[in-house]
Amino acid sequence: MSEITGNEIIHQYLRHNKKFPHVLCAGCGHGIVLGTLIRSIHTLGIPKDDVVIVAGIGCSGRLAVYVDFNTVHTTHGRALTFATGIKMASPRLNVICIMGDGDALSIGGNHLIHAARRNIGVTALILNNNIYGMTGGQSSPATPEGATTMTNPYGQLDASFDTVALARGAGANYVARGTVFHVKRLEGIMEEAISRPGFSVVEAITPCHTQYGRKNRYKTPVDMYKWLKKAAVPIERFEEMTEEQRRDRLPIGVFVAEDRPGFEERYLALQAQMRAKGGK
Amino acid sequence: MARPRKRKEIFALGNEAVVEGALLAGCSFYGGYPITPSSEIMEIMAARLPLIKDGVFIQLEDEIASMGAIIGASLAGRKVLTATSGPGFSLMQENLGYAIMAETPMVLVNVMRGGPSTGLPTSPAQGDVQQARWGTHGDHPIIVLSASNVQECLDMTITAFNMAEKYRTPVILLLDEVTAHTREKIAIPNQGEFEVFSRTVPSMPPEWYKPYEETVRGVPPMPPLGSGYRFHVTGLTHDRNGFPTQRPEEIVELMERIHRKIDQFFYDIQLVDTIDTADADVVVIAYGSVARSAELAVRQARENGVRAGLLKLKTLFPYPRRQTEKVLAHARTLVVPEMNMGQMSREVKRVNMGRASVRTINRIDGQIVTPSEILKVIMQG
Repeated sequence: MSEITGNEIIHQYLRHNKKFPHVLCAGCGHGIVLGTLIRSIHTLGIPKDDVVIVAGIGCSGRLAVYVDFNTVHTTHGRALTFATGIKMASPRLNVICIMGDGDALSIGGNHLIHAARRNIGVTALILNNNIYGMTGGQSSPATPEGATTMTNPYGQLDASFDTVALARGAGANYVARGTVFHVKRLEGIMEEAISRPGFSVVEAITPCHTQYGRKNRYKTPVDMYKWLKKAAVPIERFEEMTEEQRRDRLPIGVFVAEDRPGFEERYLALQAQMRAKGGK
Repeated sequence: MARPRKRKEIFALGNEAVVEGALLAGCSFYGGYPITPSSEIMEIMAARLPLIKDGVFIQLEDEIASMGAIIGASLAGRKVLTATSGPGFSLMQENLGYAIMAETPMVLVNVMRGGPSTGLPTSPAQGDVQQARWGTHGDHPIIVLSASNVQECLDMTITAFNMAEKYRTPVILLLDEVTAHTREKIAIPNQGEFEVFSRTVPSMPPEWYKPYEETVRGVPPMPPLGSGYRFHVTGLTHDRNGFPTQRPEEIVELMERIHRKIDQFFYDIQLVDTIDTADADVVVIAYGSVARSAELAVRQARENGVRAGLLKLKTLFPYPRRQTEKVLAHARTLVVPEMNMGQMSREVKRVNMGRASVRTINRIDGQIVTPSEILKVIMQG
């Protein structure tokens, strides 16, 4: 038997009854993230029926439409709350939550920290393109300080959110960051995130040249991918760098990797204990 | 013939009765956020659900999350409940619209409090009647029920679950603080004494299944997530396959179906109780705890020789139009007492179309509407 190519895997998982073409711009990194997600599910051998993809609103939210899993496209910022309900109702399911940076860090920021605190057994995949893409290029909590967007034409005054620090601080079990330029590494991260118990956060840096790049020195998609190549450094190397060298660099890799049981596991244990004591 | 088992009697709060009703109806998932005067529902669920097989209780970070979690759990096949009060209900509105659009069964109990804003936390009010009807954006059908005593809190909660499952829709149960916090003796029905309806699941092979297909009842079957029927759920206007659409004919088909599936079953959905309405000149139309005051007022009016009657609304929306038409055949006067500025009298006036004179009694001071207040208006004719 010949080796299965990437394309053949993708075709097993796409919905052929969905009317293509998809909504993403040429050069967008979101398709690459979706590709790594599908390949990691394939590699882990998880049956399609055991996967639920829950997505928020925006460009990343639309990814759920195209893949042949159980898919739920929710309200803006609330994907994690739906995912929490699904996981608690059916703990055997692999629940993967796809969100954008605006989705997860702004309107959904409260849900993100509480999902992490609760350590619910969901994989949160945050596609960070530093901008609100679908609504036309307004600033997001991940827009870098000084960057230009439709809602800060004179430069962003707010500091940018560090997703990794936020997720770690709130108590997530597994926290990692990758980029769509470093595809193999991102795929490895994704596999680990899905396999771990508890709450996993994967931040995937994915360029939006249409809304972000063209206003911020990156005229073409190629410019954006070159930036990712230059800016991203493995966390191990980043830690050895001087303050000067760290400027404009983005550490990638695994930041937190623990095996604490998820909320659903702890709940089921409590329930077993209570019922043994004399429940119905 | 086997003798019917005696019903267990308990002394319970309205909020407690809601929990009993929910558990009898098969509710196994509660997600919520505490708010007065609904909190007992959540507290009792927190104690009860972990003792039940597959029972899940989760306290979320806010009301928005509560709605998200119960919608998720409902999609995964559970019968789900949340409870809140005015301000929390406002926060739930966006996801309530989602549940309507994605045709997700759920029961939402709103123990109303005075508003707007944080308003009157522990005083009775009926200020969320129109919010329940129109709170979420867009055109949508909705089922809104109410209860006027503790026994009804139990019974109407069961009814709410049955309607939610039967019509694949959120059902709102509106209570007021008096009903929720009154303690009365109630009888808990035995299993088998009441109907328990569960959503229809598809029987066809997964490849034939269309999640939003037209059916005779207008309600497509609904499999739990992960059962082999892989499909897309969205709040976007969608086609029969569940995929987003902007084609006019597909938009109209979906919108007409979700309205029709509620409207055409009005005989099942529009529940009222009547007292002496058959020959009544003056009919009081009331709901919630106000209906109890109205009942006494109507009896006293009869003793005083006035042909008075009570139309008690157990369903608020879709508004029980036919039952109102019946009393309008002979009523000279309709009296609508309520603890708001006139939210239900709007519906009554709409159906009345100027035939009878409509008198309203409106209390907005956090106090109950008393029987004597209603009697006074009835006696004025």
